[in-house]
Amino acid sequence: MFEKEFLKKVEQERKRWEEEYKKLNSKCQNTKFTTISGQPINDLYTPSDLQEVDYFKDLNFPGEFPYTRGIRHSMYRGRLWTMRQFSGFGTPRQTNQRYKFLLKHGQTGLSVAYDLPTLMGHDSDDPWSEGEVGICGVAVDSLRDMEILFDGIDLGNITTSMTINGPAPILLAMYIATGEKKKVPVGKLAGTCQTDILKEYIAQKEWIFPPQPSMRLIVDMMKFCTRQMPKYNYVSISGYHIREAGSTAVQELAFTLADGFAYVEAGIKAGLNVDDFVPRLSFFFNSHLDFFEEIAKYRAARRIWARHMRERYKAKKQESWLMRFHTQTAGVSLTAQQPENNIVRTAYEALAAVLGGTQSLHTNSMDETWALPTEKAVKIALRTQQIIAYETGVTNTIDPLGGSYFIEALTSKMEEEAEKYFAEIQRRGGVLKCIEEGFFQKEIAQAAFEYQQALERKEKFHVGVNEFVEEDEKVDIPILKIDESVAMEQAESIRKVKQSRDNDKVKRCLDGLKKAAAGTENTMPHLIECVKAYATEGEIVSALKEIYGDYREPAWF
Amino acid sequence: MEKKIRVILAKPGLDGHDRGLKVIAAAMRDAGFEVIYLGLRQTPEMVVEAAIQEDADAIGLSILSGAHMTLFPRTMQLLKEKSAEHILLFGGGIIPKEDMQKLEEFGVGKLFGPGTPTSEIIEYVRQAVPGRRKEEAIF
Repeated sequence: MFEKEFLKKVEQERKRWEEEYKKLNSKCQNTKFTTISGQPINDLYTPSDLQEVDYFKDLNFPGEFPYTRGIRHSMYRGRLWTMRQFSGFGTPRQTNQRYKFLLKHGQTGLSVAYDLPTLMGHDSDDPWSEGEVGICGVAVDSLRDMEILFDGIDLGNITTSMTINGPAPILLAMYIATGEKKKVPVGKLAGTCQTDILKEYIAQKEWIFPPQPSMRLIVDMMKFCTRQMPKYNYVSISGYHIREAGSTAVQELAFTLADGFAYVEAGIKAGLNVDDFVPRLSFFFNSHLDFFEEIAKYRAARRIWARHMRERYKAKKQESWLMRFHTQTAGVSLTAQQPENNIVRTAYEALAAVLGGTQSLHTNSMDETWALPTEKAVKIALRTQQIIAYETGVTNTIDPLGGSYFIEALTSKMEEEAEKYFAEIQRRGGVLKCIEEGFFQKEIAQAAFEYQQALERKEKFHVGVNEFVEEDEKVDIPILKIDESVAMEQAESIRKVKQSRDNDKVKRCLDGLKKAAAGTENTMPHLIECVKAYATEGEIVSALKEIYGDYREPAWF
Repeated sequence: MEKKIRVILAKPGLDGHDRGLKVIAAAMRDAGFEVIYLGLRQTPEMVVEAAIQEDADAIGLSILSGAHMTLFPRTMQLLKEKSAEHILLFGGGIIPKEDMQKLEEFGVGKLFGPGTPTSEIIEYVRQAVPGRRKEEAIF
């Protein structure tokens, strides 16, 4: 990017400057300066660090390959990121109220958080669900619950993201059926389903079936959505959970993109045209504490994806090259101690995501180390985004950090490190093989352990936890409590649904589903029939378990 | 020769967030404990059965899902029923202070919240276990 003579002079002068400062400050010599991920960071970056960077090849303009500077020509000047708070607790009625609260306060997209029983495919009255109904998210057992969840909300006019993986196709079927009841045709529904089962085996651990049948169900969704739901992102390929499980930023970047490539390959193997199904693959990243590392990570992600899509997978459409992603600020960075400090952490993390060009953003609430957010806490989290958008001025120009010697050097470094991981994954036989052998899981566990050790040795800090600790701290914030009656209400609701539906029809639909699942017919239309007949989620999952079995992971730590 | 402390580590219920449990497992292994890592999707029945089979000194349960007031008491109950109360039941996760107190009154050992150094947990188990061991039969 710079002339040779100029760079020579920069390097000379840098040496001179370094000699001077070595004499002045010896403390710097003995400290290791690294990102939270352990990536060493230099004292200073200069034009010399960008010798290898070609503006047109590596950066280019917003909305143009390789999209390093952003995927749209106007970015936030044309349209702000979607403010989309992940939300859900208790009964569908309670969550419906929270959604209306959030929309009233300026949220621009919905995001559903389901409870553990729903995530794991159990009805609220299942023995496995005891003590867990409505605690970590909203309980949804049947289409009836989905209808209540979106009561009074126009699904034709808002995008909804659903965080659901093992039973993803079932909940998507419920969303479609709910839309139909509201006279919103399936082709008009817009939103995202997380669906990304690969990261479940790697990090979030919310799988139901073994890997092969899980991938088959995803390919069914891919085919169905590609044909019938042009506005719907049927997978949200996620790094958030990989990072929360303890990975470094590079591992988050590399493992997420590797998963993405695996889905692309699965679609191609199923006979689909790359440009038909890739545009609706979307991504989901973490935004962690190390400010600049995160910004570099997002920029590297866009560039890597664009390059692989065009060069390796021969995609021809722009929409297949450009990476769209949602971001959530890092839950794992928040502290139970002095929880008000979490407002500050979330703000910095949110800012990093915006400077990194995210399309959609969730900001954590300060009380989430204790419980699901109160109204007051989630409102502050939403206002955090609004203050960034409307007060800080960072949205005035596109990719404001583009050209920064530091940011460009770090972006390039992260791309380089990610490519090393891709080669390693390839060498080991691909993503599914790596999952089977625990490659990702062991890398993540190792990184998590090293970080904990760094904290305990005070090489890394967490304010309020290992530094600036308040010995007899009294945490005094309101905490959201989920009432015990939620489980009983849901059990009663299931009983009523089972009583008032056509049970013969349910049996026929489940039999049809099992036949399709055991064969090659697409399961999605059958799932839609099952949910419309008011089969419960648990009944549908049990039917699929008969065909696909379940899965236990080996214990690695 | 000092017998190694044998610890069962498990996540009962549906919660899959095992980062903390894995870090503790690695730290305990490095500290010289014998770690029997059961991992995810355990029932209290499975955990207690394994603890008895493995002649464990302690059971550590990690629960971040809020289901601790169901799962800890049930595990405690099973240990009582199987005359295995010498096995120390401890754990951690997202557990409000009032619930920690209630569970400690129930007979559960110390519970550790987020941010606890692994050294503190290891030290606790190290000093809490010896007093509880069944006497070895002497023939």
